[in-house]
Amino acid sequence: MEQAVQIEVVRPPITSVGPIGWVKNNLFNGVFNSILTLVTLFFLWKVLPPFIRWAFIDSAWYTTGQACRKAAGACWSIISMNYRFILFGFYPYDLQWRPSLAMMILFGLLFYSRDRNHWKKPLAYAWIIGLFTMGLLMKGGIFGLTSVESTQWGGLPLTLLLAVFGLTAAYPLGVILALGRRSKMPGVKVLCILYIELIRGVPLISLLFMSAIIFPLFLPEGVTFNKILRAQVAIILFTAAYIAEVVRGGLQAMSRGQYEAAESLGLNYILTMRLIILPQALKIVIPPTVSILISAFKDTSLVVIIALFDLLKTTQSVLSNPEWMGFSREAYVFVAILYFLGCFSMSNYSRRLERELSRGD
Amino acid sequence: MSERISTNSEKQASKEQMIEFIDVHKWFGEFHVLQGINLTVSKQERIVICGPSGSGKSTLIRCINRLEEHQRGRIVVDGIELMNNIKNIEKIRAEVGMVFQHFNLFPHLTIVDNLALGPIWVRKVPKKEAEETAMYYLEKVHIAEQARKYPGQLSGGQQQRVAIARSLCMNPKVMLFDEPTSALDPEMIKEVLDVMIELAKEGMTMIVVTHEMGFAKSVAHRVLFMDFGKIVEGNTPEEFFESPQHERTKLFLSQILH
Repeated sequence: MEQAVQIEVVRPPITSVGPIGWVKNNLFNGVFNSILTLVTLFFLWKVLPPFIRWAFIDSAWYTTGQACRKAAGACWSIISMNYRFILFGFYPYDLQWRPSLAMMILFGLLFYSRDRNHWKKPLAYAWIIGLFTMGLLMKGGIFGLTSVESTQWGGLPLTLLLAVFGLTAAYPLGVILALGRRSKMPGVKVLCILYIELIRGVPLISLLFMSAIIFPLFLPEGVTFNKILRAQVAIILFTAAYIAEVVRGGLQAMSRGQYEAAESLGLNYILTMRLIILPQALKIVIPPTVSILISAFKDTSLVVIIALFDLLKTTQSVLSNPEWMGFSREAYVFVAILYFLGCFSMSNYSRRLERELSRGD
Repeated sequence: MSERISTNSEKQASKEQMIEFIDVHKWFGEFHVLQGINLTVSKQERIVICGPSGSGKSTLIRCINRLEEHQRGRIVVDGIELMNNIKNIEKIRAEVGMVFQHFNLFPHLTIVDNLALGPIWVRKVPKKEAEETAMYYLEKVHIAEQARKYPGQLSGGQQQRVAIARSLCMNPKVMLFDEPTSALDPEMIKEVLDVMIELAKEGMTMIVVTHEMGFAKSVAHRVLFMDFGKIVEGNTPEEFFESPQHERTKLFLSQILH
């Protein structure tokens, strides 16, 4: 012990390191920040305990609507009693394992595709087989699966279907439109500009109405297109126009030297774009692109106006049931959480992608 | 005005024609940037072009691989006339290497991928073979240890040597250098010039736009002086530097040689 005393270790003052240091630097760094911290603490103290009591202590989790009305807190029963309808809409009750399985396949594929090292040929085949299986599960009609008309599809599978297909189809279309808008061929250029400006000048709702009501008028008698498909196409066309403009911004950021270097090697236009320009330009525009994809994901909820029962609409239907009327807070919190999970994972993934792609900078 | 400069084929330049300019004109809008260029470059000949900025020297060599389009006259490269046929242009570009002032490496690819890209996609060489070729040329420009890095991690001189190696991987018949050392810090100029001198020793046909007069003296067969879109004077380095013929050449040389 005496030896230890002889070694004099000079430590930084206790107020600048450790938890105390952190609190001092981050919460009480100056008069103004101290006041802000105190105000925030006061606010949290006022809001948090009542919220926790409402959401967790006084809440009813597995009761009927009547019992819920007696409870002082949140009525989560509206979710637990109706989750099958909220998630699957009018899909036949006994067959709901099929959309569940389809969604699990989708999540599995999405999860596996996160890692760019997995982006190889087998994954493409897995996606093709996966999509085919999902369609088969949803629709049925062969292999002893009862056929389920797409008019009965609804809830979360419908939202995911519209979102995943909408976004994956809109992205390449948007890139092609962006390239077309910068094309040297006047015909292509004018067409792309017309398309982009027309679509951007129209709200999504009116496009959806057109696809649902006006478009069928132009079809010959007897020919019908699936309503979901029409909504899907409207979402794709709409989103693509926005993506095109964002990608164009990325293309304009590329220096002329990159084009010249690629051309002087003898690369043709398609290879120059594919190997040199697009990989760099698309990387630059990841943040705005993801913003568009996220808002497109949320915009799929607009299909309610053409009477498709997506996740939001099934939730509203439950709320119109007299037994559960008045519990919209709880129902919307639940739906909001689902949407948030979707959007947050997209934004999370985009940040990860940016990090991986910025190794060269 | 030397209307047509004959090939000065002393040293080892052969008589075979590589590039021919016949009365080439080019305008940028109203600006007459090339005013009747006549020039013949033989195989294995090395030409240095100098002149004040805006004289059209960069435009001249950029016409050779159609990064700029000429509007009158004819340009023949390796027996193929440059016309609007895009396939012809791509064929010529594959045979003509170009090194830029600002390197223009592809920042999203590693060094070795920068080099292998052209051979793989234009020459259809198998990936493995292309990467071996890439490593061979990286050795040659003394930079093989950087192969797995990205361009942004290299110094300017290193990047320019990579750019030279990238062109060499295509096994070009001509190399064009557009002010290859102008964007470099002084201490890096030598390492790039050394690589170019080695290339010259191997008999590469080279057209170099540069103000490095030491390089011109030791390497060029011919030095051309351009001003106002014309080739004012062209001669062997000895003649060019010892006894320039034209007043403008004398003025220019006095300015850059101090």
